[in-house]
Order: sequence, then structure tokens, then C-alpha cells
Amino acid sequence: MNWQLMWDSLPRMLGGLSLTLQLIVGSLALGALVAFGVALLRLSGNRVVETLAAAYVFVFRGTPLLVQIFLVYYGLGQFEFIRESILWPFLREPYWCAILALTLNTGAYTSEVLRGAILSVPQGQVEAARACGMSRALAFRRIVLPVAIRQMLPAYGNEVILMVKATSLASTITLMEVTGIARRMIAQTFAVFELFIVAGAIYLVLNFVATRLIKFAEWRLTPYLRARA
Amino acid sequence: MGTAMTVAVAVSAFAFGILVGSLGASAKLSHSLALNVVADIYTTVVRGIPELLVIYLLFFGGSSVATSIAAAFGYDGRVDLNAFTIGVLAVGLISGAYSTEVIRGAVQSVPFGQIEAARACGMSRWLILRRVLVPQTLRFALPGLGNVWQLTLKDTALVSVTALAELMRVTHLAAGATRQPFLFYGTAAVLYLLLTTISTALFNRAEISANRGVRRA
Repeated sequence: MNWQLMWDSLPRMLGGLSLTLQLIVGSLALGALVAFGVALLRLSGNRVVETLAAAYVFVFRGTPLLVQIFLVYYGLGQFEFIRESILWPFLREPYWCAILALTLNTGAYTSEVLRGAILSVPQGQVEAARACGMSRALAFRRIVLPVAIRQMLPAYGNEVILMVKATSLASTITLMEVTGIARRMIAQTFAVFELFIVAGAIYLVLNFVATRLIKFAEWRLTPYLRARA
Repeated sequence: MGTAMTVAVAVSAFAFGILVGSLGASAKLSHSLALNVVADIYTTVVRGIPELLVIYLLFFGGSSVATSIAAAFGYDGRVDLNAFTIGVLAVGLISGAYSTEVIRGAVQSVPFGQIEAARACGMSRWLILRRVLVPQTLRFALPGLGNVWQLTLKDTALVSVTALAELMRVTHLAAGATRQPFLFYGTAAVLYLLLTTISTALFNRAEISANRGVRRA
């Protein structure tokens, strides 16, 4: 075991951390927006819209993320109209392709989590809100959504961990995040285990922080479950 | 052809994963502190780091480990693992970590009273395992194992980085050769969808047949 090499590789690996974090935060934030929209569409009551949203979720949950990333990065450039559209400067960059693919992927999974949470809000609470004179939109905003978000947190925590790990796939489309740097350094030094341990430890720390954050959010949102001091 | 290879890798890795998972679950449920800790570290680490890293580790490091193991048994010469073995080992280890948790949960949900009853009837430990524990664990574990199977199936796509000619690798080559990436990756996506849909249906049938003796509330 070459401890010196492990120690020396740390700064270079951490250089990729910023990109990894950008991918995680960017795709989770955008993915949450997508998920919110899709969950609402799936509960809209309109057959056509519901089928479309369900098809989106089915496709993105049923195919490997690697296929989705390659489809966006290599696939979209095949079409003339995309190459001529105003989006091309973005879709040409592997960075935005990775963000787009990760966003669509997590959006599909999160929308299912959110849909389940919205459905789990007791009907009596909605009825009570309506009886108080709230409009459907107000009841949704004040009653259903806050309860649903609290309800979905444990399952969403799993999704966050999956996303932390999924960002490593961005290295396959030339992005130099933690895994990309690790792979390049392994190719240069052949110190497989040392570098693997360093990279793995970075991801473990990231996941540890992520689960703590979710736990904290859960704790903040469930004051009534805490033992009274 | 690529699809067949994907299914071959996925099935072997899933089987290997269940084997590892059963061992992991029994380690987690054993009374030995050392086994508990080892199994805990295994599931935490493998579930906490990206699948791609695990595959890279075995791809770059697997052969040297195999060589040193072989050397320990008195064989001096280089052992080269082929891409298929590495893929199955890597995906199997990942799948095993998830299976461990699923199987552990399933074993724990077998009511303890039944085991006591079996013991009171004079069954030996092996007989209890075979007649009471395993059949019920299988039933409880099926939905969770279904999820693990879907994960495993999709993780096999990552094995394409080791140049094993499975579905994703073949697609990558075809897309590069014909300059029609969207068409080929789209086809790959459809094939994966087909595989996941078929396996969902199969798992549903398996669940129904496993639950045929259970009374519904």
C-alpha cells in the first residue's frame, strides 16, 4: 500500500469534487422541478396527459442511465434541426448533456416518490381544508404539499444517494469529475487500489453528508414526533 | 447477440449476488461481532460508492488479485480474468450488497414463534432452515429481489467499459461505425425496456405463485 501516493492524489481528486458537486446539485434541483411537474400531470385526471407522463417515467426508469447519457450526448447531435437550434451551444457541451440526462433520470424517479407521497396525504385533511373555505389550489399549497414533502423525505434520501453515485457516469462522456480523474490517474500510475480507495472514500463522505442533511430536514419537519423536553 | 450477452451477465451476476447476499445476511444475523462488522462494512461501502468505481477496480485490479491468490496456492504465473468473469464478479458484488439487505429483512420478518414451534416439534436446525425459514424468506424477499434484479440488469450496461461485447458495447460500436447514434442508442433503450418489462411480468407471476397459500386480508 503506497500511502504517500494516496495522500498526494487527494488534492487532484478533490479538484474534481467541484464538478461532481455541480452535477449533483444542478441535476437534483432541476430534477425536483421536473418531478413536481410530472407528478402533477400524473394526478391531473386527464387521460392523455397522464399516459404521457407515465410513459416518460416508464422509459427513464426502465433503461440504464448510461444509455440515457449516451442518447443525449451522442444521439441528439445526429439531428440537423437540433444542431441548428438555439439549444445546440448547450447540447454540444458534455457538461450540459450530463446535467440534462441526470435531470431527466432523477425527475422520473422523484416524480414517483412525490406522487406516492401526495396520494398518502389523508383525504380527511383535504376535506377539512376545503370545508374551511380554501380553494383547491390553496389547500394543495398549504396542506397537501407540505405534508407530502415531509412524507417523501426518506424515499427521496435514497434517490439523492443514487444521484451522488450516478454522477460518476459523467466520466464516460469525458467529464473530469472524481471518477474521471481517478480513472486517468489509475491509467498513469497503475496504483489501482490506492486510488480506488481515495475516490471511494470521497463518495462515501459525500453520501454520508447527504444522508445527514436529509435526516436533519426530516427532523426539522417533524417537530411533533420529537419527545417533549 | 449483445442482448444475449447482457442477459447472461445479468443472470450470472444476480445468481452470484443472491449467493453473496445469503452469506451476507447470515453474517449480519449471526451472533459473531466480527462477522457483523465485516458484513456491515461490505454493504455500506458497496452501496455508498458508484458502481462504475467498483467495475473499474475489478477491471484494473482484478487480475492482479487473482494472480496473487493463485500464487498463494502455489501457482506462479499470471492469471488473467476475462471480461465476462470480471463483469459478473463486479455486478454480482454490487447486487450482493443490495440482496444482503433484502434477504436480511425477509429473514427477520418470519415470525419467531414459527421457529419456536418448529423446534418444539423436534425439528433440527437444518430442517427448520429448509422447511420453515427458507420458503417463507423467499416469499418475503421476492418483491425486494425484483428491485435488485432491475438494478442488476441496468448495471450490466456499465460493464461495457470493460470491452465485453454486451448490448451497450455493441451499440456503442455500431453507433460509432454508422454515425447514427440516436437510432442505435434508441434501439438499445427499447431492448432494455423490453427486458425490464418482461422481467417485471415474470416477477409478478413468481410472486403470485409464492403467495398462493396466503390468505388475503
